[in-house]
Amino acid sequence: MDKHDSPATAQASDARPVLEGPDIARVLTRIAHEIVERAKGADDVVLLGIPTRGVFLARRLAVKLAQITERTVPVGSLDITMYRDDLRMHPPRALARTEIPGDGLDGKLVVLVDDVLFSGRTIRAALDALNDIGRPRAVQLAVLVDRGHRELPIRADYVGKNLPTSLRETVKVQLAEEDGRDTVLLGVKPTDQ
Amino acid sequence: MQRHLISAADLTRDDAVLILDTAEEMARVADRPIKKLPTLRGRTVCNLFFEDSTRTRISFEAAEKRLSADVINFAAKGSSVSKGESLKDTAQTLEAMGVDAVVIRHSASGAPYRLANSGWIDAPVINAGDGTHQHPTQALLDAFTMRRRLIGRDAGLGKDLAGKRVTVVGDVLHSRVARSNVDLLHTLGAEVTLVAPPTLVPVGVETWPCEVSYDLDAVLPKSDAVMMLRVQRERMNAAFFPTEREYSRRYGLDGERMARMPEHAIVMHPGPMVRGMEITAEVADSDRCTVVEQVANGVSIRMAVLYLLLGGNEPAVTHARTTEEK
Repeated sequence: MDKHDSPATAQASDARPVLEGPDIARVLTRIAHEIVERAKGADDVVLLGIPTRGVFLARRLAVKLAQITERTVPVGSLDITMYRDDLRMHPPRALARTEIPGDGLDGKLVVLVDDVLFSGRTIRAALDALNDIGRPRAVQLAVLVDRGHRELPIRADYVGKNLPTSLRETVKVQLAEEDGRDTVLLGVKPTDQ
Repeated sequence: MQRHLISAADLTRDDAVLILDTAEEMARVADRPIKKLPTLRGRTVCNLFFEDSTRTRISFEAAEKRLSADVINFAAKGSSVSKGESLKDTAQTLEAMGVDAVVIRHSASGAPYRLANSGWIDAPVINAGDGTHQHPTQALLDAFTMRRRLIGRDAGLGKDLAGKRVTVVGDVLHSRVARSNVDLLHTLGAEVTLVAPPTLVPVGVETWPCEVSYDLDAVLPKSDAVMMLRVQRERMNAAFFPTEREYSRRYGLDGERMARMPEHAIVMHPGPMVRGMEITAEVADSDRCTVVEQVANGVSIRMAVLYLLLGGNEPAVTHARTTEEK
């Protein structure tokens, strides 16, 4: 269920890249155009990245949206740790930053940005967190990779790549800001010995 | 694995920094229209106060409510304790009611430790001040206030207080705040100097990780933070200094003394302040005095502690001591 498998596990089991740096850049450009198209100009769009890697993707999308629309697009982050439904199944996690752009979210079109869409539980938590912060006009979801296996009735509005996976596989997104390079790795979970 | 917060000395440097960093995020909840997080929904926290307290009890209660915990307030006055019930029986009553955590303030040093290690209850115990022993959340909120003021909110994330010089002035003998602060500030790398009349310096202070001075004026110019303590008359059963005026003249902080502190230095006070005794109104009302900030920060720190001890299936804070050594 956890999409952030440690890089060590992903690499140890011969992870192979399914998206490389230039692919990720192209995918983000396409998503930016789709956002502008669907929002008819992206006037009231606010991008909220879900830490850690969603935030970097949101910032990159904001740059691309600014290039397309020639306006700055507000970008922030939304930490969902305190809203997780599996808090009691793990030791408490360190919190990440929630940064809501100055004008708030009321009446805005919020686009949530995350790296991998898997069970959908992160997004449910994000919707709960949004509820406590403001009342957007609408909420949409952009993800770099949709790997399937939803456990909740949630879907993405913008998908970088649909990646059919088995539950034995792991998907690991690496971004230059955090990991030093851009890539999406598909690996196999080491079997429990 | 220990799940309690009994003494500031139990915290490792990494634990303390984690608590401060978590508190920094918790502080941002206070700026939101809905100041509430669902994290401790369905958990019951009992505030067990055997000793009078306004600030600490309200602060814990606010922190618990912001994390959506159910709160039971228990004050010894007017309870079965005044009829002669022991701590053990009170604890077992709470255990039977299914309390998930106990916040305890007691006039007897060691009461929280006893509660945590006696096997009377299973729930995590958080010390909200015991006798003249410890008050760990106060030390944490003081460290948090110092880090914010001396390093910066965002700049301070992940950092300790290495190299900061903190002076604690006043009734060290009766002060659990001083003891907790000496322990925690030492862990965080700060240099602590205690300043007090010799009668108010405890026996055995030479084993504490700090310096002791009797001369406030000599220490002030070398301080990044000056923490004034209240003279705790209610714990005094002897004359520790000739007159209040003499104490105030030698160990009180007035505007003239404050001017001798470095430009960036702050004045702290755990409250309640006695204006005219250890601190003059001029100092208490100046913007270098962080008393009000400390109160606000207290809620954030207590939210962080509650989250880290209760938020998961096991605590994120590891402990160096607390377990009975066998």
